[in-house]
Amino acid sequence: MTMPSTTAAPPERDVAPLLSLRAVNKSFGAVHVLQDVDFDVYPGQVTALVGDNGAGKSTLIKGIAGSQTFDNGDYVFEGAPVTVHSPKDANALGIEVVYQDLALCDNLDIVHNLFLGRELTKNGVLDEATMERRATETLAGLSVRTVRSIRQQVASLSGGQRQTVAIARSVLWNSKLVILDEPTAALGVAQTEQVLKLVRRLADRGLAVVLISHNLNDVFAVADHISVLYLGRTAAQVRSKDVTYNQVVELITGGRSGSLGLSAEQQPEDVAAEAADPVVTAGAGGPATETREETR
Amino acid sequence: MSTATSPVTEGPTQLPTPEPRSLGSAVSDYLARVRGGDVGSLPAVLGLVVLFIVFSILRPNTFTNAFNIANLVNQSAAVIVIAMGLVFVLLLGEIDLAAGWTAGTAAAMMGVVLTREGWAWPLAVVVCLLTGAAVGTLIGLLVARLGIPSFVVTLAAFLALQGVLLKTIGEGGTIAIRDETLLALNNNTMPVWLGWALFAVVVGVYALLSLRRAATRRAGGLQSESTAVVLAKVAVLAVLLGIVVAYLSRERSRNPLISSIKGVPEVVLLLVLLFVGLNFVLARTSFGRHVYAVGGNAEAARRAGINVNTIKLLCFIIGSTLAAVGGILLASRDNSISPTTGGAQTLLYAVGAAVIGGTSLFGGKGKILDAVLGGLVIGVIINGMGLLNQPTSVVYMVTGLVLLVAASVDALSRRRAMATGRV
Ligand SMILES: Nc1ncnc2c1ncn2[C@@H]1O[C@H](COP(=O)(O)OP(=O)(O)O)[C@@H](O)[C@H]1O
Ligand SMILES: [Mg+2]
Repeated sequence: MTMPSTTAAPPERDVAPLLSLRAVNKSFGAVHVLQDVDFDVYPGQVTALVGDNGAGKSTLIKGIAGSQTFDNGDYVFEGAPVTVHSPKDANALGIEVVYQDLALCDNLDIVHNLFLGRELTKNGVLDEATMERRATETLAGLSVRTVRSIRQQVASLSGGQRQTVAIARSVLWNSKLVILDEPTAALGVAQTEQVLKLVRRLADRGLAVVLISHNLNDVFAVADHISVLYLGRTAAQVRSKDVTYNQVVELITGGRSGSLGLSAEQQPEDVAAEAADPVVTAGAGGPATETREETR
Repeated sequence: MSTATSPVTEGPTQLPTPEPRSLGSAVSDYLARVRGGDVGSLPAVLGLVVLFIVFSILRPNTFTNAFNIANLVNQSAAVIVIAMGLVFVLLLGEIDLAAGWTAGTAAAMMGVVLTREGWAWPLAVVVCLLTGAAVGTLIGLLVARLGIPSFVVTLAAFLALQGVLLKTIGEGGTIAIRDETLLALNNNTMPVWLGWALFAVVVGVYALLSLRRAATRRAGGLQSESTAVVLAKVAVLAVLLGIVVAYLSRERSRNPLISSIKGVPEVVLLLVLLFVGLNFVLARTSFGRHVYAVGGNAEAARRAGINVNTIKLLCFIIGSTLAAVGGILLASRDNSISPTTGGAQTLLYAVGAAVIGGTSLFGGKGKILDAVLGGLVIGVIINGMGLLNQPTSVVYMVTGLVLLVAASVDALSRRRAMATGRV
């Protein structure tokens, strides 16, 4: 897997972020799950979102996708502040989520699954021919050549092929941002490789891609940017070529690695205090942006 | 959704148009599907053929005569229609145990306004259908909104509707049906020419639609069936239906000089209309697709933006409304409505019909044809056993056995399908 960012100028210099979250918060009752989180996603690039279990990754994604709304904070899309209060709002912006547990219907074929919920109709009748043609074109456009027939039931597909269908579904519409939640979690080596290639291809075609993964090998294989969440805070937003594997591990497990990460007053000795009093919000005025400056 | 463009493909990718599917490959595809566990209607068709042969050998004069065949169709019609409604419910992976009593209750409401209020039959039919729809709405809301298992809700409805029916008609009472049109529905035959006209329309429309579909697909650069395959299918349909219509068009009155009986039963027209209409809904509309999606994976359907609750509600309404249609047929056939109309084995036969036809109790798999084929299988058993002078006890046992076989075929083909990746 080659990383295009190794030769190009730092992308964030000339590419404006497609999506910028600034200081978003989310609480469930007294539990402050997201605290002043910043998150940037760039078109044509893969941004990995990593963090330990319970760090708030899924909550962040749900907020972006509109299935849960943030309590406060700025949601900026294509440079303009927007309000996203439902999945429909997010879809209208061109945001699609591919969920961890595959959201496919085993008893339907690939075409039916690709268009599920948004079937094309002609005079109220399903337009099977057009749907099948579009589906074929989309899979061909993604260089997916492993499926035997586009009319086979999804139940007969391998894990990797199913993930491919789920991803293809997200790009079938005018999507600009595709969010993948653990797309390779259940896959073997060869199939993981296949899906990662597809992820890279999406970005190479100009889409912004967010990849949630626990596997740092996968992250370093495809991601241009890495965002680390630590206990509901942005520990770092860095370019993957600027950090090492071990630094990211430290950021995930401790929120800090050398000069990278959360400032001292938010660090381990405070963790216990924070856990006891989750409403405490240390002035995380933007450790992420500072971090990026430091790493240049 | 009108703006489905794929940003990942720069312009339409030119793909080679696949060769149309030849007759040989169509047949071998089908055989491969069956071997893979996707048996479709095969068990029901085989069962029907075997039962026909067995009863024809055992009772060559009484079973296989036009009179009995027409009788068989009339006997099975109500169960077939109720089963058609159950297909919608079973596709969701739900059950409607109250469908039989819904039929009885709706028929009773029709009977009341017909006889006590003296309403015209079309109005009475509307009352019947609305009763069914109301029952379906209630069941659907309880299942979809409150999340009570359909087994429990419809078990409660099973008991309650039985009470409503008894209350409406009165202990030991009956409501006689005297309306000529309603009586004709499940007893009379249509003129011979009308039977053949119906035959011509069905075969002609099927041929036209199939050819048009193949042409559209070919024009769109998609794999299509060759004209030979389409014509072969049309020919098979024409021959099968032609034999039945020809047989039913024969004189079957014991005393033709006094009263001639020949022609296709009137109820067949209703069955054909329901079959075509419901098939269209399930196979060719977004709603139908969503029904399969909810039955296959409700969570996936929800995430795809499908309103799962609405789909469930609509399916229960459709199921109960069709049960009401079944109630009209029961009333027509019995010339009356009694506190047992729609009771006894009605529901079990209807569920059995759908399952024998190939509809899965696990949801996500089934079609309207299943109700027809399964309903005929059950009809043939009841009819044939009756001609063999078997006591009711034996009929029950045999029907139970056949249902068990059908459920086993369902379970086994599912396992086979799991193993080969076809669900
Ligand atoms: N609906 C909810 N109600 C209460 N707490 C929640 C809810 N959703 C998530 N949480 C909590 O928020 C924290 C972050 O969860 P999540 O976003 O799922 O983390 P991740 O996906 O990074 O593992 C966890 O401690 C979790 O228990
Ligand atoms: Mg998670």
